[in-house]
Amino acid sequence: MNKIIEASHLSYAYPADEEGMAPHVALRDVSFSVNEGEFVAILGHNGSGKSTLAKLLCLVLEPDGGQLYIGGKNMTDENVSDEDVYAARRQVGMVFQNPDNQLVATIVEEDVAFGCENLGLPSEKIRKRVDSALATVGMTKYARHEAHRLSGGQKQRVAIAGAIAMRRKCIIFDESTAMLDPAGRKEVMETITKLNREEGVTVLHITHYMNEATMADRVIVMSDGCILMDGTPSEVFSRPEELWKANLDVPQTTELLWRMKKAGYDVRLDIFDPRLCAEEIARALDEKKD
Amino acid sequence: MAEIVIKDLTYVYGKGTPYEMKALDNVTVTFKDNMITGLIGHTGSGKSTLVQMLNGLLRPDSGEVFLDGKNIWDEPKEISKVRFKVGLVMQYPEYQLFDETVRRDIAFGPGNMGMKPDEIEKAVEEAARFAGLKPHLLEKSPFDLSGGQKRRAALAGVIAMHPEVLVLDEPAAGLDPGARREILQRIRDYQRESGKSVIIVSHSMEDMAMYCDRVVVMANGAPVIEGTPAEVFSRAEELYSVGLDVPEVTKVARALRDCGVDIGLDIYTVKFAASRLPGVIEQ
Repeated sequence: MNKIIEASHLSYAYPADEEGMAPHVALRDVSFSVNEGEFVAILGHNGSGKSTLAKLLCLVLEPDGGQLYIGGKNMTDENVSDEDVYAARRQVGMVFQNPDNQLVATIVEEDVAFGCENLGLPSEKIRKRVDSALATVGMTKYARHEAHRLSGGQKQRVAIAGAIAMRRKCIIFDESTAMLDPAGRKEVMETITKLNREEGVTVLHITHYMNEATMADRVIVMSDGCILMDGTPSEVFSRPEELWKANLDVPQTTELLWRMKKAGYDVRLDIFDPRLCAEEIARALDEKKD
Repeated sequence: MAEIVIKDLTYVYGKGTPYEMKALDNVTVTFKDNMITGLIGHTGSGKSTLVQMLNGLLRPDSGEVFLDGKNIWDEPKEISKVRFKVGLVMQYPEYQLFDETVRRDIAFGPGNMGMKPDEIEKAVEEAARFAGLKPHLLEKSPFDLSGGQKRRAALAGVIAMHPEVLVLDEPAAGLDPGARREILQRIRDYQRESGKSVIIVSHSMEDMAMYCDRVVVMANGAPVIEGTPAEVFSRAEELYSVGLDVPEVTKVARALRDCGVDIGLDIYTVKFAASRLPGVIEQ
């Protein structure tokens, strides 16, 4: 399996400012790697270093220490060529939190084309990529619509289409669902899942919604600039006490099962689907009766 | 103490242009005294427009807004007084912070109301404590604060005016679960201590279920469901049909009934669900 991201012992501190504020250490000794095609959720309290990590992975910030490989190329090597850095930047894209802050054109299809135009692609090629990207996110019929009139979920799907059209191998979603209503959140999560499963795009999804993290292959939990846990959703959410301590949460299904377990029932904690959770509860109640 | 009564209110954006859009369509609703009312609805349902009606930031095209029985638009020149009585904390706290220090920022509203300097100082300290702002932060620039701290500063600036009604648009969006719980708990404590009316707008069904006494559901410019969290969240199909959701634990309760275990459909928090399971007491 090819590794798209390989980070070892990354550290980063925001420098001291003129007013004498001390430098702020945002990441310390962070090591992990992401395989091509993986869907990784990143959880962490405010200020835990999630967004700083995302900026390092997009090469917007340079780490103070440690090594970072993108697509097998060492970005932290002093002799890394500009071409290699540009090539790496083209592989990793980002979708932000506020749907209103990332659309640049007035018409949907022009917005999706913007990145490709900057890559200097011929116009027929751009046309093809824009059409297929809009189809992937289910926004084809809005191609000629005004972007600012769309709903929050639709705007985020347009931003995703822009990243797909640029053929990003890896997309980092920095709390891209935080400001959406339940339907918008569902739309965007379905799009992200489809992108990952059907198009093979590597996904890093930063979120405060525990239920969204259960949809990933793997969950990385950050706390105070370090990686606290790294495992499957089952492994991570089976440790509710530690998550609560890190200012995080568990899905409600897990919390309910945890309360049953505390009361002496023999139940699993790693069940996130309401129906399966209900079956587990019914089974445990029945068992206790006998 | 104050109650807000909205009657037959209609509001249209861009009237007479090709983009004319009816944001509020003949809305009649009451925000009761001494409780937390949650306002939920899909994007574009009219929630934010309605919120801006409550303190007179927008003027209705037709219909009335009554604050304590008095139509707020009877004397349009006095509308700024309504804004002292109905405090609005906006979704993006950075949009309403502007002064050099947090202390001066919080003091701005009380100063405008004509409070005396010693009263202002007291109001600032009290409001900061209510919002959970540590004293040393008061001397900092509001722009050096973290997202969560900015939210507290904006909240304190509104509480310092001692509003009769407190309106909060997404007070916890973007905060981690721990900070979310803390700020919502503070708002709840503030409501319980003051006995005032608090209105919260949010997209999180779980938070609304946990912290509100009453929930108003908006869809397409008008309220469609009103009631206690138990009443509202037991109507899952209707909520789905207007782009909303129910808490996950409510879905578990519904699925449990299909498994032959009936703990009721009026379940809306994990604690509540647990309390209906034999032997699972509150921890």
